[in-house]
Amino acid sequence: MRSRLAILILLGLALTAPLVIYPVFLAKVLCFALFACAFNLLLGFAGLLSFGHAVFLGTGGYVTGWLMINSGLTPEIAIITGTIAGGLLGAVFGKLAVKREGIYFAMVTLALAQLVFFLYLQAPFTGGEDGLQGVPRGKAFGLIDLADNQTMYYFVLAIFLVGFWLIHRTVHSPFGQIMKAIRENESRATSLGYDVNQYKWIAFIISAALSALAGSTKTLVFELASLTDVHWHMSGEVILMTLVGGVGTIIGPLVGAGVVVSMQNYLSGGELGNYLHIIMGAVFVLCVLSFRSGIVGQFNKFRRNNF
Amino acid sequence: MQFQKKTLSTLITGVVVATMATTVASTALATTDGKVKIGVLADMGGTYADLCGPGCVVATRMAIEDFGGQVLGKDIELVSADSQLKPDIASSVARKWVENEDVDVIGGLVSSAVTGAVTQVTNSSKNITLITGSGSNAFTTSACSPYIAHWTYNVVALANGTVKPMVSEGKNKWFFITADYAFGHALEAASMKIIEANGGETVGTVRAPLGTTDFSSYVLQAQASGANVVALANAGNDTVNALSAAAEFGLTDYMDIAGLLVFTPNAQAMDPETAQGMRLTTGFYWDMDDQTRAWSTRFEALHGAIPSMSHAGAYSATMHYLKAVKAVGTDDSDAVMKQMKNTKPDDFFARNATFRADGRMEHDMLLVEIKEAADRKSKNDIYNIVEVIPGNKAYSPMLPSCAF
Repeated sequence: MRSRLAILILLGLALTAPLVIYPVFLAKVLCFALFACAFNLLLGFAGLLSFGHAVFLGTGGYVTGWLMINSGLTPEIAIITGTIAGGLLGAVFGKLAVKREGIYFAMVTLALAQLVFFLYLQAPFTGGEDGLQGVPRGKAFGLIDLADNQTMYYFVLAIFLVGFWLIHRTVHSPFGQIMKAIRENESRATSLGYDVNQYKWIAFIISAALSALAGSTKTLVFELASLTDVHWHMSGEVILMTLVGGVGTIIGPLVGAGVVVSMQNYLSGGELGNYLHIIMGAVFVLCVLSFRSGIVGQFNKFRRNNF
Repeated sequence: MQFQKKTLSTLITGVVVATMATTVASTALATTDGKVKIGVLADMGGTYADLCGPGCVVATRMAIEDFGGQVLGKDIELVSADSQLKPDIASSVARKWVENEDVDVIGGLVSSAVTGAVTQVTNSSKNITLITGSGSNAFTTSACSPYIAHWTYNVVALANGTVKPMVSEGKNKWFFITADYAFGHALEAASMKIIEANGGETVGTVRAPLGTTDFSSYVLQAQASGANVVALANAGNDTVNALSAAAEFGLTDYMDIAGLLVFTPNAQAMDPETAQGMRLTTGFYWDMDDQTRAWSTRFEALHGAIPSMSHAGAYSATMHYLKAVKAVGTDDSDAVMKQMKNTKPDDFFARNATFRADGRMEHDMLLVEIKEAADRKSKNDIYNIVEVIPGNKAYSPMLPSCAF
């Protein structure tokens, strides 16, 4: 009951926030939150550290952007296609990557992601260094004009909620239980008769598809798809978001994305703009050293101990 | 049951509020609040930082101060940000500025990829852009808009100024080392057109990513191409690095190197031994006459280096914009742009200039030659002016579809 109330309050806040705060900024937070949640599904619940997740974000973005510019499809179809494309790429990469564990898993994902990065750098349909510029936002379902920032925000909010709900369902399903079992003790899960690699693979695909969903949505918000979203920096950033918010918590990545994006937004304009990366690095170190379970993890611990 | 009712009512309230908000929300168009706010978006620490980075902010601030700091009875505000040469970052900063922070006009703008992304935002929000650092001619042709002022130079002027005389002299086989983004592609295309029109040929091209440090493989391809001119269709540190790689491989001994876009800081950074005698086109040289020297000395005192053409262009464009705002008495983009196009820019930078209806500021360009080390009186003494190219010879004529 109490958690339901909390969800209602959060939902109310999310619905009224664009009245006070710049909607494009909020939409950006939501896109990154979805990306971080998708990443967290893999790291927090299946214990797999992918270091190439940006490639799914970027692929979703490019596919959606290209379709919006060249095909005249409605945005929701373009987003779904982008998501499927990310899922398919995830299926290929996941199949290869789950054969290895730990640091080797991370390295395989990084290597594959870099491969695709250079492909996108050279491929004509991505616009290379220029990116895909001037992606139209279009009309959702052919009816709702997304050109207005607030309308766009509510559209993004709806997508985020669907994605978030999907992750929530996955984690709390029998499949999610097995994922956690694999995270805790892989050999035991194998001995119980589960095909561990198959489960990891499916988790990887879900995570990749949801990352692509985030990327597709982000492209519509900014009317631009660019190499930044495919670069390994972005893969690092999503790790930072997840860690700061709290690995393995449902709401953590959302908080982490909020914190990181706000910091970038606030710092990039000010005097400290040139030190942005140094400050982010310091936050990362601080987080790893002093509160390893992240903001939400720490808060949960505090609540458990005191109430 | 009780709970479900609550949920339902909250949701309905939420949706109603949201719908109201959407209808109330003003569409994101340029504000005419009577207060002029200028945003300078430039490369503060990357490959192009010396061309149009902190220097463009300094030049814009100088223009504001020289103008008196006030227009329409209010202080002129200046904000700046680092584009990091990334289209997505630049685009989101520009969006935030014009939609949420009442920025009226965006200046600086180096790298055509960045400028392309920014103008996508500003064209639809009807905010003026004063493009002072980027060179693609797309901004006054295929991507032209009534809200673009392309000030300092463009690739056509560079190609006309540098390439044409060389082809006429019999340098007829060209190889291009091109920066792999909008600007490089445009410069390469404009140059090839001129080479072909004058009876030369292009024997090969290679595309190098922006910010490449090791040009050796590209230089080797140039060496094997059988060309007699290697054209560097890139800019900033890329040009410097490419030229030094060419010198290391001995290319400079038997091939001509044409730096198609060289800014003063880069010319200073080049080894005089390899760069001497190289001819290039620029929109501005600090040591041209008393007027340019007077402004450049003031700039140098503030910035610590002599101005490049984008710095001078940033000053000139800002000044012309502010004068127009004052003349029409509003910061409405359409009215200001009309006034800007109706008056001829005239200052130390813009000589014999007209600001055309397509947004191209047409002014005298300079063909210069890099001085020999022995002839240089100081570290800033780098060019001999060979020829002044009149604006109408340097720039291509206006397209009818872009005459706003």
